[in-house]
Amino acid sequence: MAMFILRRVGIMILTALCLTFIVFFLTNLYPNLEKLAKTQGDFRMSDEEVASYLGRNGYLQPMPVKYGQWLGVVPGFVIDDRDGVTRGQCIPPDTDPKDAPRFCGILQGDWGYSTVFREDVGKILSDKLVLTGRLMFWVMVLMVPSALILGILAGMREGSRTDRTLSTFAITTTATPEYVSGVLFIAVFASTAVGLKWFKGTATAAMDAPDFENFFLPVLTIALYGMGYIARMTRASMAEVMTAQYIRTARLKGVSFSNIVMKHALRNALIAPFTVIMLQFPWLLNGVVIVETLFNYKGFGWTLVQAAGNNDIELLLGVSVISVIVVLVTQLISDIGYVFLNPRISVR
Amino acid sequence: MEPLSWSEIALRMLGLFLPVWIALIVTFAVSIAFKRRLGLYGKLFDSPIGMIGFAMVMFWVFTGIFGGAFDMIVTHDVLSQSASMKNKGPGTPFTQLMGTPDPGAYPYYLLGGDNLGRDVFSRMVAGAWEVIKIAPFASMFSFMVGITLGLPAGYYGGRLDTLLSFMANLILAFPVILLFYLLVTPEIVQTGIPVYMAAVLFLFPIVFLLLLWNSRYHTQPSRRNVYVGITLVIGLWLYLGIAWNADPLGLVSFPPNLLVVFVAVVFVNSPTVFRIVRGLTMDIKTRDYVAAAQTRGERPWYIMLWEILPNARGPLLVDFCLRIGYTTILLGTLGFFGLGLSPESPDWGSTINDGRKLLTMYLHPALPPAFALLSLVLGLNLLADGLREESLRD
Repeated sequence: MAMFILRRVGIMILTALCLTFIVFFLTNLYPNLEKLAKTQGDFRMSDEEVASYLGRNGYLQPMPVKYGQWLGVVPGFVIDDRDGVTRGQCIPPDTDPKDAPRFCGILQGDWGYSTVFREDVGKILSDKLVLTGRLMFWVMVLMVPSALILGILAGMREGSRTDRTLSTFAITTTATPEYVSGVLFIAVFASTAVGLKWFKGTATAAMDAPDFENFFLPVLTIALYGMGYIARMTRASMAEVMTAQYIRTARLKGVSFSNIVMKHALRNALIAPFTVIMLQFPWLLNGVVIVETLFNYKGFGWTLVQAAGNNDIELLLGVSVISVIVVLVTQLISDIGYVFLNPRISVR
Repeated sequence: MEPLSWSEIALRMLGLFLPVWIALIVTFAVSIAFKRRLGLYGKLFDSPIGMIGFAMVMFWVFTGIFGGAFDMIVTHDVLSQSASMKNKGPGTPFTQLMGTPDPGAYPYYLLGGDNLGRDVFSRMVAGAWEVIKIAPFASMFSFMVGITLGLPAGYYGGRLDTLLSFMANLILAFPVILLFYLLVTPEIVQTGIPVYMAAVLFLFPIVFLLLLWNSRYHTQPSRRNVYVGITLVIGLWLYLGIAWNADPLGLVSFPPNLLVVFVAVVFVNSPTVFRIVRGLTMDIKTRDYVAAAQTRGERPWYIMLWEILPNARGPLLVDFCLRIGYTTILLGTLGFFGLGLSPESPDWGSTINDGRKLLTMYLHPALPPAFALLSLVLGLNLLADGLREESLRD
């Protein structure tokens, strides 16, 4: 088991390195750097000015060197500027270059500086993650129990009318992407045109003071899309378990139906949905980006859009590091959990 | 003129969709009449869910073809704006701020005007064409890529499998939207990376077909040469035109921004298809008929393409339907974030994004494309469900 986890962690680190390098490579292509220089300086810069700006800020070094610097395994660049000031990646303004550390990258805990928000990337990310964590928490609270209940109710009597109705509902939710369901919810529950106005159409206020009125719609929108899939998985696994031998034995012994479902079937039926719930995280991340944009909730997904739209290199890299880690860790948990829950699988 | 009432709007819309209704009725009548001879497709007409799904999908397919390609259903030009029609409700008579409208023009905006005074109904119909002309082909390309790589990975296993699976997982670990933002921005298009990706991805269908013909007919060289020759000539011609925009005859070309969208969608979808095909192959290669083929001395690609692949067709077909639905959602996502397609484009994602900004006051610009997208994807999901049920039955 330890070997298995160790190998998975090794693969995970390799994957994370590859992914961040891809993001690094794509964001550091010359046209992107040119755009960055023009948004930082001014839009009418000539090509030479752009090149000199980029050179002064260390953008024109070879790609692997830059990546190493960002990672913190290559010493940060130091450039003696024309005006005699020594500038470098690891030298904050108003500091003597001699006191500055040699390395400053992700490994040293230095995430860089966001050119859009003009703030430390580490600080932005921790702030935004708190906001998105809150959103995700309530999504999970809403999504997981309702999906499991839906799936179990549908799967315990396969082919019945309840099953048909609930399955159709589950299919409909998987067919409704967040930007459609969100728009429909706002239209029905928040617009002046329909007039119900039960909830707020934006969740901006929920960043400081979340309450039911301004937070329910975004949570519901994300939860609904993921719910259908988990419910269908639960239904399939429940339906399979209900045809197993030991269930028939229990029925023949005269155990009541509710007891069979609760005590005999449920535990075995929940193994498959567990992995599915964990694997839903990458999808939820997508949902978060759309919903945060739609409801103007300035969390992690909203930051991703801002960073990507403005080619804010270091912020975008920070965002991708976090999302890649979230995805990979949940995959790992899902694998390990599956092995733990399922006695039929053994790992060398 | 008075605005139309809701029942009049509904009647007029039913009338405008007349060609679609006729095409649907003909399709269903022919299919049901010959359903015993049509294999799995015919069996679809035994399942009510499958039939409902098929009807919903074909409704939008016909709408797309008649409305987009033949210009039949649309009532107004999708790009022309009328300042006096801004945010006007459904059924408002068509007027223009300056000058009198063309007497031949359709006298109403059936579903109202959007924030620039464009006809919502026509844009919804034109949006169907945007989806129909990309989603099925993008899914098909993803399948070709996924099959060409997934079969050997599952069949041979070992290092090849480890490497390909690692790469697939790499792409799958990316949040899709981040990937879109990285690939579809104008700056990246400038560097030409999407064209190189297209150059690689679009080779797969040709490779797939060549392997298919060669493995089957290598014992009959004359026949094989004909098939391989035809594939090479047509394939390379299309390949030069579509991927490199360098068709020697100047007939085939592909709008560059559409190419980027296409490539991004294929790139995102292929790893999932790869994993499905790989899993199915690993399952099927333990069957007796594969062992029999191996004993006969058949070559690996023959076994993969002509023994394993046909036996995996059920799950693959089901996934193909779901994949078109997912591709539709992805295209909508691209439009929603204003990536790739031109800002004026009538695709559903962009129109939803335009409409949502005034959503608390005006519902009519955002809701029709939202319902259109919902019904098409739902139809595809129901169709997949029907197919799954029917293919499991035998």
